[in-house]
Amino acid sequence: MGIEVRVPTVLRKHTDGERRVSGDGDRLGELINDLGDRHNGLRDALVAHDGSLHRFINVYVNDEDVRFIDGIDTPLSDGDVVSILPAVAGG
Amino acid sequence: MTTVQSSREFHLDRATHGDVIAHARSDFPYEVCGLLAGRDGALTKHYRIPNAARSMTFYNMDPKALLAAMNEMDDNDWDLLGIYHSHTHTEAYPSSTDVELAFYADAVYLIVSLQDPDRPHIRVFDIVEGRINERTLVVDGEQRTTR
Repeated sequence: MGIEVRVPTVLRKHTDGERRVSGDGDRLGELINDLGDRHNGLRDALVAHDGSLHRFINVYVNDEDVRFIDGIDTPLSDGDVVSILPAVAGG
Repeated sequence: MTTVQSSREFHLDRATHGDVIAHARSDFPYEVCGLLAGRDGALTKHYRIPNAARSMTFYNMDPKALLAAMNEMDDNDWDLLGIYHSHTHTEAYPSSTDVELAFYADAVYLIVSLQDPDRPHIRVFDIVEGRINERTLVVDGEQRTTR
């Protein structure tokens, strides 16, 4: 069954234009590694060099912002929906 | 950083133009932000999104409200046409932070300036890979020249 991932337009260049992909992982970081193996560039778009999520990328599990759960260590279960959105921010 | 006046236009109806300015005024002196969705270039919905930063110099769209808006657009096959925010004390021109954080290259960026509170105005830009191109704002068919 796996975990469904909603991919925003700006990241679809990494998924051959697919708006939804699926992957596996017990935690968000594992899911991102799994996706990164199949979708070139996606991991670097989401994860900083120190292994945490980029500051201006929002990741949600079932519509909850993972910053308020466990960040990249947020636990996942089959059937969860993960959404990714670059922040909309500026000065 | 270079700015090019492009021949491209961005069209807004008068009601939405007024709504965006009213939103900008509603939380002065803090910056406000929102999204404009549409189909085939025609506006279908204006979203006022809370500024999670609630700052006079920075905006960061509330992540949950942003997701709800984006999901609704996705479900309706609407495009994200525009992203707006206000500058309450400076001109309607992208700051270096605006350029650095312009992740949505397919949308235009609208900036509402309240620098002169009696004459609020909106300018529209494409911000792609660090380059700023201004568009001509057309409101109900009338070209707005703001400089």
